[in-house]
Amino acid sequence: MTTRIDALEQLPVPEGPPRRRLPPRQWARENLFGSVLDSVLTVLFGLFLAWAAYRVAKFVFVDADWEIIERNLTTLLVGSFPRDELWRLWAALFVLAASLGFGAGAIGAQRRREVAEGRALPAPKGLAIRRLGPLVVLVGVLLWFGGSLSSLLLVLAITGVAFAFNLVGRLWPERLQRYVPLVVLIFVGVAFLVVVAFGGVKWNDWGGLLLTLFLAVGGILMSFPIGVLLALGRRSSLPAVRVVCIGYIELIRGVPLITLLFMGAFMIGFFLPPGVERPDPVIRALIAFVMFTSAYVAEIVRGGLQSVPSGQIEAAQALGLSAYRTTRQIILPQALRNVIPGIVGQFISLYKDTSLVFIVGLADLLTIAENITKQPDFFAQGLIVETLIFASFIYWTGSYWMSRESQRLEQRLGLGER
Amino acid sequence: MLRFALQAAFLVAVGSLLLYLVDNVVGNLERLGIPTGFDYLDQPAGFAIPDSDFSSAQSLGDALIVGVQNTIKVSFLGIVLATVLGVLIGVARLSSNWLVRRAAALYVETFRNIPVLVIILFWYLGVVLRLPPIGEAVEIPDLTVISNRGLVVPWFDQVGAGSAFVLAAVVGVAAAGAVWIWRTRRFDRTGQPHHRALWSGAVLVTILAVGFFASGSPWVLETPERGERATTGGFRLSPEYAALLVALALYTASHIAEIVRGSILAVPRGQTEAANAVGLTGFHRMRHVVLPQAFRISVPPIANQYLNLLKNSSLGVAISYYEVTKVTRVSIAQQAPAVQAILLLMAIYLVFSLAIALATNLVNRRLTVKGQR
Repeated sequence: MTTRIDALEQLPVPEGPPRRRLPPRQWARENLFGSVLDSVLTVLFGLFLAWAAYRVAKFVFVDADWEIIERNLTTLLVGSFPRDELWRLWAALFVLAASLGFGAGAIGAQRRREVAEGRALPAPKGLAIRRLGPLVVLVGVLLWFGGSLSSLLLVLAITGVAFAFNLVGRLWPERLQRYVPLVVLIFVGVAFLVVVAFGGVKWNDWGGLLLTLFLAVGGILMSFPIGVLLALGRRSSLPAVRVVCIGYIELIRGVPLITLLFMGAFMIGFFLPPGVERPDPVIRALIAFVMFTSAYVAEIVRGGLQSVPSGQIEAAQALGLSAYRTTRQIILPQALRNVIPGIVGQFISLYKDTSLVFIVGLADLLTIAENITKQPDFFAQGLIVETLIFASFIYWTGSYWMSRESQRLEQRLGLGER
Repeated sequence: MLRFALQAAFLVAVGSLLLYLVDNVVGNLERLGIPTGFDYLDQPAGFAIPDSDFSSAQSLGDALIVGVQNTIKVSFLGIVLATVLGVLIGVARLSSNWLVRRAAALYVETFRNIPVLVIILFWYLGVVLRLPPIGEAVEIPDLTVISNRGLVVPWFDQVGAGSAFVLAAVVGVAAAGAVWIWRTRRFDRTGQPHHRALWSGAVLVTILAVGFFASGSPWVLETPERGERATTGGFRLSPEYAALLVALALYTASHIAEIVRGSILAVPRGQTEAANAVGLTGFHRMRHVVLPQAFRISVPPIANQYLNLLKNSSLGVAISYYEVTKVTRVSIAQQAPAVQAILLLMAIYLVFSLAIALATNLVNRRLTVKGQR
């Protein structure tokens, strides 16, 4: 017998209203020349945008001297990572591509099953290409700057691996569906080990984009559990716990990130007992990022906790669950699902905020972009514009891609079973 | 009883961790012979602050005060600029004109996805410092001189005693306030249109104008003039200040634009339809129905952006704009004890944050509709 809830879930998802398609002439009249004011605006903005586009294109393709990027591409991407250990990074990329392909394949298969059962709408055509667009552009630009045949072949091989594992993901049996995240995590762990383990390269030698990503990913992974604990503490029924958690969260949210980085750079030594070695600069910066981000994660998780209807908690209590089990099995699973988009947003902020290590002198992407303009070959030629545009481009593609994915996720979670 | 024991255990754990850290800090400071108090603030700074009267003989405490003033200077103007730009772009994103809409979206997506520090460095290293030197400065006569030494704008120059005018200004503000209250009361009583902004504005402007000329025009507007080595007259925005200001305003405007757009979209469509039904035209519909409600929704997140802008002004340290973080950084380099200096810096920002949070709460309380949550 199906209960009412089951019956509801099997209802087909309603389609949105059909999109109007207008002939170009009518479209222009409605959207560009609706009134006199509209027409004036269209002409003014059109002229301005055309001029701006011309200036940008002329700079990028004619005036700019990209040699500084071409000659320093590896440094910008990995800093002073030992050059004869670069194969580790390529190997890690292979593993990561495999995990990405596998995850996407498995999720896609799940989605198709839902569509077949009428529980979800089929994805619009060409969505996969649009979703991967920014990444493809990024890889294309990097290849253009660093265009050696070997790197091109490696990129093609990596793409091939991604597609192969996409197929594996599609054929992944449905009953093992819930192990998909675990498999992806194992892949990511292996990629990390390939770089650092077995006589690998520790993070004090990481630099450039690699350091940026390490700080952002490491920062969010370590702040997440701390943030969840802080959020639970903030809603605890024990006043002492509550006060301490609120104090920490508000203190951190009231000060700029750079003050915490200064704390890491100048103060951490004083907190340690005499004789204990100071952690190296990368770890000190990471500690600052984790301290900072966990306070923001806590606020996001608190929002998620508040979004769980109180009826859920009352129902759990009525069933006789203990406070721990209510939190662990009823509240957190629902709350954490709701906070995923917020956490992704926080990850994007952190990804951009890692650029602040420029001020405390770590060799991240931004620092290297500034430093290479002081090389003898390029000194005092005003090449900072080129290098900063290149750095901006990398930050921009990553951030834009992730924010779009986060929006999609948000829509999916909203559309799902709520 | 168990609750009590749990809390006691928690407090003891947190307390002993803090105590351990403080003990280590004090021990380390003593071992290294670094003073533990805040007496260092009275020591001479040993560095001068560009674009201010601060000289290296003055104390570190005075340097911090100049730093705080500079932070306020850049944050205040930055907030004003970011708000104006952000509201314009936010409204433009909802324009019925496709091109305007897309241009606004392009702006928002560009600036939101680049780190603010990169934008600051770009404006400083890539734009302001690469402007022509003073001898070849770009000059728009009677308006501004732009060179790599900064931007010079017209400014008031005092030529007479200003106290009479200041008195007139105080009287003017008081009178304008009184008129405002009178118009509001009258509106409450009779329901006739109050036009209070118009009324008090007119009163204020009239009294200011009369006061200005009656006291013998104590200020004149002085336009900058380019010389061989320097510009004379006017007010100079240093390159650092100009770059930081523009970058912070552009970056924050992209966030404010998103909030404005979201808030307008969050006003229920029924409100617009009801406004149509009672026959309000486009402008009045926005002015009296949609915008007041959107404004109410947008106050907390926009205040949050103001706070972010203030905190981001600390990145002035990267381009040597002497706001409070840069002053602290230089002090540490000049042998000020790092622990105290950084704690003091954090305390200063906390005070700023609290002030903005308090102001937001006051505004919010006034805006909350009674009986609504």
